[in-house]
Amino acid sequence: MVLSRICNGLRKQKAVDLPSIVAKNAFASDASFTTKPYKLHILTDGPKTEAVVTSEDALKFYRQMQVIRRLETAAGNLYKEKIVRGFCHLYSGQEAVAVGIKSAMRDQDSIISAYRVHGWTYLMGISPAGVLGELTGRFSGCAKGKGGSMHMYAKNFYGGNGIVGAQVPLGAGVALASKYQKDGGVCFALYGDGASNQGQVFEAYNIAKLWSLPCVFVCENNGFGMGTSMERSSASTNYYSRGDYIPGIWVDGMDVLAVRECARYCIDYCTSGKGPLVVEAATYRYSGHSMSDPGTSYRTRDEVQEVRQTRDPITSFKEKILSTGLATQEQLKAIDGEVKKEIDAATVQAKTDPEPSAEELTVDISKHFVEKEIRNCTPFNPLKHKNVSKQFIQT
Amino acid sequence: MTCVRSALRLLKSARDSSAISPLLTFKRTVAHFKYFEDASIPKNGETARINMFQAITEAMDHSMESDPTALLFGEDVAFGGVFRCSVGLQKKFGPERVFNTPLCEQGIAGFAIGAAVAGSTAIAEIQFADYIFPAFDQIVNEAAKYRYRSGGQFECGKLTIRTPCGAVGHGALYHSQSPEAYFAHTPGIKVVVPRGPLKAKGLLLSCIRDKDPCIFLEPKILYRGAVEEVPKDAYEIPLSQAEIVVPGDQVTMIGWGTQVHVLCEVAEMAKEKHNISCEVIDLCTILPWDEDTVYKSVSKTGRALISHEAPLTCGFGSELAASIQENCFLSLEAPVSRVTGFDTPFPHIFEPFYLPDKHRCLDAVLKLVEY
Repeated sequence: MVLSRICNGLRKQKAVDLPSIVAKNAFASDASFTTKPYKLHILTDGPKTEAVVTSEDALKFYRQMQVIRRLETAAGNLYKEKIVRGFCHLYSGQEAVAVGIKSAMRDQDSIISAYRVHGWTYLMGISPAGVLGELTGRFSGCAKGKGGSMHMYAKNFYGGNGIVGAQVPLGAGVALASKYQKDGGVCFALYGDGASNQGQVFEAYNIAKLWSLPCVFVCENNGFGMGTSMERSSASTNYYSRGDYIPGIWVDGMDVLAVRECARYCIDYCTSGKGPLVVEAATYRYSGHSMSDPGTSYRTRDEVQEVRQTRDPITSFKEKILSTGLATQEQLKAIDGEVKKEIDAATVQAKTDPEPSAEELTVDISKHFVEKEIRNCTPFNPLKHKNVSKQFIQT
Repeated sequence: MTCVRSALRLLKSARDSSAISPLLTFKRTVAHFKYFEDASIPKNGETARINMFQAITEAMDHSMESDPTALLFGEDVAFGGVFRCSVGLQKKFGPERVFNTPLCEQGIAGFAIGAAVAGSTAIAEIQFADYIFPAFDQIVNEAAKYRYRSGGQFECGKLTIRTPCGAVGHGALYHSQSPEAYFAHTPGIKVVVPRGPLKAKGLLLSCIRDKDPCIFLEPKILYRGAVEEVPKDAYEIPLSQAEIVVPGDQVTMIGWGTQVHVLCEVAEMAKEKHNISCEVIDLCTILPWDEDTVYKSVSKTGRALISHEAPLTCGFGSELAASIQENCFLSLEAPVSRVTGFDTPFPHIFEPFYLPDKHRCLDAVLKLVEY
């Protein structure tokens, strides 16, 4: 990563002796960084390689990535304590992808992803307590504790999905609705390098191109589909080019600014009516595929350690914003402290909030029902069919 | 029923106490059944005490060894698979015969069918039964109908698809389902469910060697939870043959997989607490199922209870109930009873309520007898 500071507007400081601060502790209002080159597939111009970021945004991105990192650590610990049951897939290492895309998204844009979505859920507006509470099956969880790790939703976030690749055609469908309703929205359909080999992904590509849908297919390539490395699973590991007739972009998924520039480009491209894009965000997951996978049988501990030391999305971003004066050590330390406090409080809440009542077992199964009561629910007889939750989109 | 209420009270009290002490959190760690070891050990040869995933490994090991055309593949099977069923097999038989596939269930089923049609014994693993639905078309339209639609010129009988199914205590919506009834609706395939290591090894070997494509559903909670004596040598257990696990003469209880163990405990409770004699039948093969054993038993007892984890409506219990009333009508003392999962998606934290546990089954037994 080449750093090139172009602009060092001084922040208004409370301190009186400005000159000495400038010399020692230059505060910048914004700075520009050069991203790793993008790789392009049937595109002549790609996203900007010069990414300008304001101090305010830099602090926001840092904070968001730290929240996700700590949130995942808390989720992992709750799982180890057997308070989270079910399945649990951690996003640690991939934070820059979500934070970068989210920072470019407008109100009308939407996303859909797979089962590694705790971070995305937080970014789309759910509090850490809402995420952790869902994991521990509490009523305060974002799906009332009824879904668990893979089933989290928010406005414009069509979910978490537990079936590998199944969300990709849905993303194309969400884009179709946006196009038809002319709301100007773009849908980011996220999946992994593992899911990229599912047949339905290619069906979605074809339809999206055929109908010029405003859909960005984002392959978060973390190197492994469960325990199988991409080289062993994919005939072509250039995931950005696997849309064949759909233009594609490879972006460094460990660089939040590169991802942001890429997402901005995609939104411009899709909203100008040119149809879909395929993006490959090269990233890495530190944890195993799920909690039952230690993540060490198909790669070495050294490999994970090396990525942590050389490519970590948070550490590298921290270095950038410190060296360019976009943030001070003290500011980052303060953020770290706040984040820790927030996640600790959310963890306690996720352990102590009430569970959903037994009647939740049978509500929101279907909208119209002939039988008033659920068949076969003898223990709480009668348990009624009911709709209680407010839908994001009224149909 | 009272137990469910007391469980609810327990939940409530756990909540109340957690409000006092934030560190006390309700945890659920106990399985919903007690394992009954299989008493039908074949007498021949040496045995070893192993669990169900080891029994499955042994079955595949024997098949690979005795059949040079046999291939084993699926997601992560090269490393042993998520449930450790194929541990050591790649090392022993090489990466040409035991290998990982990409994550593409439709493809896995398709490749397996193709390989089987062309003469290879194909053992394909779908990592969870909940993931089998992308492969549904391949299984239902390709595998099941190959023989019929080619006028008997081609078939894929050398195909076996293994997949873990059923409740595991914390699997939630997509890691707990029991899809046997979907497949039972498909002439041309066989659907088999073992209830422990001994049956798993013998039934899997039969499936692999059977001349029709087989779906082998492995209750995942038994992989480690079930341990018993299993012969070291290869052996087959005939398909489409149910087993009377507990003999009795007042109520016939039919189940498969994990549910057989729930029913065995119900039989004990019914005997001890109410002096009711129950006969427990493990159906073993869901399609084509053993009608004789079931009708003979129900004709004797006059009462039938069918229990499975899958939901009630169109569960395989529906087929059994309809067939029993048709064939044992004049012997029946009470309507056929079904105790199953609810007609809801498989719930996350509500699993203990959803499952047809021993208390719900015992309640049904009492109703049958008191009818």
